Amino acid sequence: MPYSWRRYPVMFALFAVMAVLGWRAVDLHVFEREFLQAQADARHVRTVPISAHRGIISDRRGRPLAVSTPVDSIVVNPRQLLAEVDDFAPLAAALEIKPKRLRKLLQKNGEREFFYLRRHVNPADAQKVADLNMPGVDLQREYKRYYPDAEVAAHVLGFTDIDDVGQEGLERAYDDWLKGRAGKKRVLKDRYGRVIEDLGYIDEPQAGNNLQLSIDRRLQYLAYRELKRAVKKHKARSGSVVVLDARTGEVLAMVNQPAFNPNDRSSMRGDWYRNRAVTDVFEPGSTLKPFTVAAALESGLFEVESQIDTTPGYWRVGSNTIRDTINYGIIDLPTLIQKSSNVGASKLALAMSAEQLWSTLDAFGFGEVSGSGLQGESSGILGEPWRWRDIERATIAFGYGVAVTPLQLARAYSALADDGILKQVSFLKLDEAPIGKRVLASETVSDVQDMLAKVVLAGGTGTLAAVPGYQVSGKTGTVKKAVNGVYGSGSYLSVFAGMAPAKNPRLVTVVLIEEPRGGEYYGGKVAAPVFSAVSEGALRLLGVVPDNITTVAEVDG
Amino acid sequence: MELKENAFQRWGEQRHQSWLVRRMHLDVPLTLALIALSMTGLAMLYSAGNQDLDLVYRQILRVGLAFSAMLVIAQIPPDQLKRWSPWLAGLGIALLIAVEVAGDVGKGAQRWLDLGFFRFQPSEIMKLALPMLLAWYLADRKLPPSLKHLAASALLIAIPVTLIVKQPDLGTSILIASSGVFVIFLAGISWRLIIFLSTVFAACLPLAWLNMHDYQKTRVLTFLNPESDPLNSGYHIIQSKIAIGSGGFYGKGFLQGTQSHLEFLPERSTDFIFAAFAEELGLIGGLLLLALYLFIVTRGLVIATQAQDSYTRLLAGSLTLTFFVYVFVNIGMVSGLLPVVGLPLPLMSYGGTSMVTIMAAFGVLMSIHTHRKMIRN
Repeated sequence: MPYSWRRYPVMFALFAVMAVLGWRAVDLHVFEREFLQAQADARHVRTVPISAHRGIISDRRGRPLAVSTPVDSIVVNPRQLLAEVDDFAPLAAALEIKPKRLRKLLQKNGEREFFYLRRHVNPADAQKVADLNMPGVDLQREYKRYYPDAEVAAHVLGFTDIDDVGQEGLERAYDDWLKGRAGKKRVLKDRYGRVIEDLGYIDEPQAGNNLQLSIDRRLQYLAYRELKRAVKKHKARSGSVVVLDARTGEVLAMVNQPAFNPNDRSSMRGDWYRNRAVTDVFEPGSTLKPFTVAAALESGLFEVESQIDTTPGYWRVGSNTIRDTINYGIIDLPTLIQKSSNVGASKLALAMSAEQLWSTLDAFGFGEVSGSGLQGESSGILGEPWRWRDIERATIAFGYGVAVTPLQLARAYSALADDGILKQVSFLKLDEAPIGKRVLASETVSDVQDMLAKVVLAGGTGTLAAVPGYQVSGKTGTVKKAVNGVYGSGSYLSVFAGMAPAKNPRLVTVVLIEEPRGGEYYGGKVAAPVFSAVSEGALRLLGVVPDNITTVAEVDG
Repeated sequence: MELKENAFQRWGEQRHQSWLVRRMHLDVPLTLALIALSMTGLAMLYSAGNQDLDLVYRQILRVGLAFSAMLVIAQIPPDQLKRWSPWLAGLGIALLIAVEVAGDVGKGAQRWLDLGFFRFQPSEIMKLALPMLLAWYLADRKLPPSLKHLAASALLIAIPVTLIVKQPDLGTSILIASSGVFVIFLAGISWRLIIFLSTVFAACLPLAWLNMHDYQKTRVLTFLNPESDPLNSGYHIIQSKIAIGSGGFYGKGFLQGTQSHLEFLPERSTDFIFAAFAEELGLIGGLLLLALYLFIVTRGLVIATQAQDSYTRLLAGSLTLTFFVYVFVNIGMVSGLLPVVGLPLPLMSYGGTSMVTIMAAFGVLMSIHTHRKMIRN
């Protein structure tokens, strides 16, 4: 047979080749198994970061002011996507952008393996993208901050950036406390990056701590509403209201205008961010006079009944002239406060030593930060007494030449309200009143309180601050605004600082309206009504027993 | 020696076969092995296709078609086949030329001929037609063939292979070339000539390299060092090796393969189905599958040795060995022994054309075996 001898080589070759294949299988399965299994795991098992839930910020009664809601971010691997996908139309449709734009965007980042295609998409929309099952497209669970009250508490709370890091306000001040610790978990992923199986945590995420504020949401809303109304009515440039708990120094409300919506900051101007009540200083004007009077009483040179001659309504100090609105004649200290006599205040200031005036103002916390812990808090300006010239001493007496923040002024008034005890202000709810520092003798405080009460009564500058059913007290301020160091440009600040009720005050409120342009600009006309409205609502909300039934009767009658 | 040969030849004698099987011209061991293989293939397809039953139904249809083709061809007596051989080959070559002129381009290669109602690859015809042609040509000459006839045979091989290489389809051209070479080899050529030709072939390799398409060159380079380009061209091989190796001794279990189900393994229901199989069923499963293929090939060679004339013997041997080359090239590619050439694993991979051709070849084998003239002792 010519070909029978072929049989053996053929069979031999056949078995040899099969043996090679078999050996190769043994080789891969047995000898390289560990390496290849590790490689397989390396392809399927991924460690993914797990965002931690940021703590909730609530008001003093537990109502949420800032909460974190889960959202999804769409992350892509542009390199993989461009290599494996030709048709971007479905993805573009799900994102509601033009396919051409999407392609351009991906190509611009074509060398990258991680790219946020879109951040913070609501989970339902994100699911639409996930349902496309495209390679290299993945969802990442994140948390977005949501502020239920939007504008109302915007300045106090501040906001977080897209990476959930506090950028402004309390979100920033307490970022370390609020933010959690991101965790890690291992997941089984397929080639398209889809998670197939959860293999459990390596490192559990730890949620951030909750933060309970001293803010009372009801008062905050009230202050917001009244301030906004006043700013609008008087066509003012800006405004601030600060409400403190007189006994504890807790901030119950703090609002500013203009405000912003922290949930949508897309169309926002930079200066809207500013928490003016804390960052902006102004010359307090007449609202500083109670402290001048207090210093005069402390000096021992004056008593409540001391007669001050303010005729003829102006007074020359060196080359400068200090003026009153009208000639008040010879007045005692309560009348000085009630009528707000600049001449009287100046005379008190020049009668005592500069150190006496300075030390009283300094004791009330002017020129130092209030301890709020907020970023960018201003300390105000209180000069040094040995540099004060007479004219400076005279003008400081009625609030020019020093600069304060609304919060600082409120804090100083809270010491007047609380028996002369100055406390740190707090944005956090306190379980008990902090230990303060006595800055004024009890009797003096009582005298000044009585004087402030008269301001609101008939004949005073602040009658519009009156609250039906309650006795309240306070001081008006109408400040000529210095523009580039020159007064008299016609711009004013309307201020009212006061407390309610007048006896055993519970609330201290400072209202500042900047540059009213509606014709009215007196503190008594512009700021006092805001004080009245806020105090009235707040006293009712806090359930403070009315102490002045007669006025109610008069109003009702 | 004599005894052994007789035992080898006697294996599978049809003495006890039923009337029906004899009438259907089926070879029982071969048929059973082919059915077992197809069933394994369908089960694996169910797993690799992520349990997509539609995919499996479509493949069942193809398997049915392929078995029908086998059954039909098995009825045709070898004499008939021999007469048709030159005409079939002529038709195949004509169609190849038609593809060259007016073929469809798919996946960068011009392989398909569109007849309006039906698209097919003429190269599939040549898988059968070329060994038939050569067997027909050499069977009637004096064997072993003279140099002149060898040269003529080489030319007959070169024409279709060149046309297919030009499409370009390296895998199929290798298969068809080997089917032709097997006929010549089995017809008997001297070892000296074999050594001489091998040397010439080796010397021509650099020339072949220069004529390769870029993607073919990349495949060879990737084969030599897959890690050189793990993201693109090396990706298939790396993922496939990982799939096989991570299966371990017993495998990850049916439907449990991670490489394939997490879609890391490319082409896992077509060319790379062996990797998916080995991942899920492990070394044991892989070796059993190889054993099944070995059984089929051995049975084919038995049929060849029992063939009663030169034409059928050459043809049966060539078809069997070509089938074996199919298996070897695919598994060698999947396990990283050979460069990636796009050949499916016979009867396992998803896809129809090659399955029909392969089963038609088995139909030829069965016809050869069952149309023998019985010489009763």
